Amino acid sequence: MNSNEVKVNRRKFLITGMTVSGGLVFGLPTWANYQSDTAENKLGFFIEVKPDNTVVIGSNQPEIGQGIRTVLPMMVAEELDLNWSQVEVVQMPLGIVKTADGFTWKYGGQGVGGSTGTSGNWNFMREVGASARQQFISAAAKVWKVDPASCHSNEGHVIGPQKNQKASYASLITVASQIPLATTKPKLKDPANFKILGKPHNAVAVEDLVTGKAKYGIDTYVDGMKIAMIKRSPYLDGTVRSYDDSEALKILGVVKTTAIKGPQLGKPYNILASGVAVIADNTWAAMQGVAALKIDWDKGPHHKESTASFKAQLNELLQSKGQVVRDDGDFKAKFAAADKQLTRRYDIPFVSHAPLEPQNCFAHVQGDKVRIIVPTQMPSGASRAAAAETDIDRLDISIEMTRVGGGFGRRLSNDYVSEACIISKATGLPIKLMWSREDDIKHDFYRPAGIHEMNAGLNKQGELIAWQHRLASASKYYRRPNLSETEYWKAELYTDDYPANLIADYQVEYHSAQSGMPRGSWRAPAHTANGFVIQSFIDELAHESQQSPLDFQLKLLGDSREIPYENHGGPTFNPGRLAALLQWVATKIAFKQPRPKGRGVGIATHFTFGGYAAHAIEVSVSPEGDLTIHRVIGAIDCGFAVNPRGVEAQMQGGTIDALSTALNLEITVKDGQVVQSNFHDYPLMKQNQAPEMMEVHVVNHGNEPAGVGEIPLPPVAPALTNAIYAATGIRIRRLPIKDQLQVAMKSQTKA
Amino acid sequence: MITFKINAQEVNFDGDPQTPALWVIRDELKLTGTKFGCGIGQCGACSIHLNGQVIRSCVTPIESVAGQSITTIEGLAEDKQLTPVQQAWIKHDVPQCGYCQSGQIMAATDLLHKNPNPSDADIIQAMSNICRCGTYVRIKKAIHDAAEMMSKGAQS
Ligand code: FES
Ligand code: FES
Repeated sequence: MNSNEVKVNRRKFLITGMTVSGGLVFGLPTWANYQSDTAENKLGFFIEVKPDNTVVIGSNQPEIGQGIRTVLPMMVAEELDLNWSQVEVVQMPLGIVKTADGFTWKYGGQGVGGSTGTSGNWNFMREVGASARQQFISAAAKVWKVDPASCHSNEGHVIGPQKNQKASYASLITVASQIPLATTKPKLKDPANFKILGKPHNAVAVEDLVTGKAKYGIDTYVDGMKIAMIKRSPYLDGTVRSYDDSEALKILGVVKTTAIKGPQLGKPYNILASGVAVIADNTWAAMQGVAALKIDWDKGPHHKESTASFKAQLNELLQSKGQVVRDDGDFKAKFAAADKQLTRRYDIPFVSHAPLEPQNCFAHVQGDKVRIIVPTQMPSGASRAAAAETDIDRLDISIEMTRVGGGFGRRLSNDYVSEACIISKATGLPIKLMWSREDDIKHDFYRPAGIHEMNAGLNKQGELIAWQHRLASASKYYRRPNLSETEYWKAELYTDDYPANLIADYQVEYHSAQSGMPRGSWRAPAHTANGFVIQSFIDELAHESQQSPLDFQLKLLGDSREIPYENHGGPTFNPGRLAALLQWVATKIAFKQPRPKGRGVGIATHFTFGGYAAHAIEVSVSPEGDLTIHRVIGAIDCGFAVNPRGVEAQMQGGTIDALSTALNLEITVKDGQVVQSNFHDYPLMKQNQAPEMMEVHVVNHGNEPAGVGEIPLPPVAPALTNAIYAATGIRIRRLPIKDQLQVAMKSQTKA
Repeated sequence: MITFKINAQEVNFDGDPQTPALWVIRDELKLTGTKFGCGIGQCGACSIHLNGQVIRSCVTPIESVAGQSITTIEGLAEDKQLTPVQQAWIKHDVPQCGYCQSGQIMAATDLLHKNPNPSDADIIQAMSNICRCGTYVRIKKAIHDAAEMMSKGAQS
């Protein structure tokens, strides 16, 4: 791979709604580039064999809870023909090498986002395993002086043509490591013969997770290290005018303070806020030091912004015509001529990522070297961030990746790496930067908020004949390098999303709003908003025309066939696969069976990043408006499920994440400051709100895996609100649901 | 100087007596299995046992544990033999990112001490720890399974 390809793919990410902060490449790496630099007991970068024939497999991707550290080694082990019990896994650091015009990967593209970790490494990792297996076979053949074709492998051994000819990989590793790599691609296994792939496996080293041994970024303790914390501007884009640290410095254990210059207004963020850092001997002292700082803030340009003013702006924008970004047929004429017309608006809030491990980063800027230990989704972004803050050559910056206590898109950004480098550089000290939960909730790259206006027309037969999606939002492409405002919609609307290409007269329109809120990618980015809006609106259209939402949607989706899909997750989309899942969950929950008043079922489905999902949810709502989620049935079709147990986990967890967000979560702004601060006012779902029962179904389709991590989320919120409508006749069009049911039920009883 | 026991070992601390136990455990004793998630007693990532009862160490000043006995996730398995709760967690492959799971396990262990055969409702009531990854389905199953293992163990 040359660096041109890296550039091409970074551009592709920009277009498809991924981050530009990391140079994630998928689908490109091939084994041959990454098998050099062989040591005695190693084959290339990924495989090491211990004397007891344990095979240590390197995992090059960040583990954020998505299970990649299990799935990639499974691919290697399958092709290397190992018994899974002889496998150990080690986390690899970032590997980059210099080229004539920049940098390229040493160990293949590293970074997790866009649900591409599994699919993007599917061929690469299997080829790594297969080529290594070839080398072991060649080594044995050489030792035995036989034809390699007469040898085969079996669970970490090579078996020769003669009786009792059997050698462990451990006994062959030295010879194998000297055998030149074959110049042709290794042949991969027929999926029919898979022994490891497609079979359910526990997470690698799950013992370490139940005994407290697993190390996260926050668990980094390096000799001589200090703890740093920052008091950041509570005002969006506010700055430090002056500060008084005399009280802070009196606190036992506080060492010094240093001012942090904020990001440049309107420019891409290196860090999120201006502030003052406190460096201390321990975390408690740092926390108290931060609390004791007296800072005079310049309130910056957004101090009048509030959630109300932002929504007024969105509604105002929707009064006029926006930027038409897709225009099939003649929406206007078809809508005007429709037998039935429907217009609805839906309101989506800002939300925060709030991974349970707060942001943290160890940095030591020492002379012309930097050492970074960090939980990140984008180690290459970390390396770039450190280079930008220190002016040190990226080859002299080491990036060690730890296990990550949750990603959800938050750690695609490496602002906390920049902060840690700024502090270490200014003080000359090795420091671990710690964020408090308050820091995390108040300073995030939030999922963009927006108001969606939907317009549709039905003909006499109740068929959908005109569709328009109008969105006013504050795009996450704000403050991106070299991107004009006319491109901002690309992060917010995926114009090939269903029902595009199924309706001839179809229009999508965007209005770009202004806000001081930093925005970024939140698990399944715009799909969480668009899935909710589209699936709610389809449910409304069915009800308005006295049709079953199931029949209405199945008819719209139609049979299995590939249609073009140019957004991320394409190049094609098969509406029949959505229909099959929808039918499955609807049947499972007995969708058409009548329920008593106050109890109802809702369904929804969505295609996200190459994967298909559907949910059916059964709820009841008490006369007081209290909601109980009785049952959730989910189905996911992510192509070939490499580790069905992991897919099931993502489906269960993703469903909870989406429910939690739909029910409770919203970030609001007042006087240019984020209102929420911790889990008391940003109440992530706990066990007591979780569904009484959840059942998930993993459908296998073909031999190629698609992504998993983000796919489960989009259908959940609309399935829930569609169920609430079925139970009560109350249509939720504003998220989160919060106390809307209580309020609506009260006014219903009054009426 | 504050003296207390942690995982059956006596230790001293001579820093600020108001320091939350969490930071003594992590920063000073380097027992990093106990996690920091919120610092205000909301999430339970910092759950430990004080004299066998689960508490949230982020809101427990170290001076209040003087002379008492703490168990952390590292001290749960005696003689390296995993407890039924830990075994059930493995069996059900509960963790995703895993960050909350030390706390979840400490809370579940406490629940099963008090109530060896909890119903779903008991579990919901007792388990108020946040899992950002949403592993609640498997947590519930694992607790039921651990209860069963324990009752079988007690019978044999
Ligand atoms: S860190 Fe103690 S309860 Fe959250
Ligand atoms: S497993 Fe990630 S927070 Fe619970």
